[in-house]
Amino acid sequence: MLSPESYARDAALVAGLRAGDDDAFEALLQTYSARLLRLARRFLASEEDARDALQDAMVSVFRSIGSFESGSRLSTWLHRIVVNACLMKLRTRRRRLDEVEVEIDIEEYLPRFHQDGHQVEPSQPWTESAEAMLEREELRELVRASIEKLPDSYRIVLHLRDIEEMSTEETAEILGITPNAVKIRLHRARQALRTLLDAPMRTLHA
Amino acid sequence: MSTDAYITCRELIEFLDAYVANELAAERRHEFDRHLSVCPSCVAYLHSYRETIRLTRAAGDVVDDAPPAVVAAILAAIRRAE
Repeated sequence: MLSPESYARDAALVAGLRAGDDDAFEALLQTYSARLLRLARRFLASEEDARDALQDAMVSVFRSIGSFESGSRLSTWLHRIVVNACLMKLRTRRRRLDEVEVEIDIEEYLPRFHQDGHQVEPSQPWTESAEAMLEREELRELVRASIEKLPDSYRIVLHLRDIEEMSTEETAEILGITPNAVKIRLHRARQALRTLLDAPMRTLHA
Repeated sequence: MSTDAYITCRELIEFLDAYVANELAAERRHEFDRHLSVCPSCVAYLHSYRETIRLTRAAGDVVDDAPPAVVAAILAAIRRAE
């Protein structure tokens, strides 16, 4: 939920942008550019490409602020424009040269079941807690690297839902897919990530 | 199948996101809890699924400010677009 302060801030930003106020654009960038750059980096491995996509998106925001509907959330609208700019960039570039080797086939990382509905490989308890893991930078890096292995369409949903903490509906609107598709991709992304982290979380010692 | 039958591990795991998000109707949630009370494997899976969400959230925690050069380049691009 948007706090009353954030709502008022966004309303003032939109009013300023529509009035052509330069300070409003700078304030918009101060408020949102870091988050939006982080989003662009989820799509594009090259820092230069991520910055270019953000710049293209912001020019587009500047040009189309008149079409922003007051009932919408500014943050959702901005995210959607950045996603579109990243997709445009992706059409001409792959995320990274070695992507084919890095990216996993998600089907292979989902749980498998016997005919009777039992798991083929019963789950074992994780001996590491998330808190203990996160105190160690190399383990945070392991989590980030594991997220990077997810295919684009899953990684972006995971980013918007579990990192940006956007709602299912907002995520659907940003990506132009149905809320149900968001739910399915999120669940599969979490399951695959759980599989990727399973061995380290059972064997590492804090 | 009698109505007292337990749901399977597959059913539980396929709808675990709804369970974790508290989106299940009370009766359905009760079926999940019953299964969990007798299935250590699914308890372990549920715990690790929740930990995965925590790890994801925390891994993305750091949001540095966008570099000033990025902001400056965007403002320059907008001035050109004016």
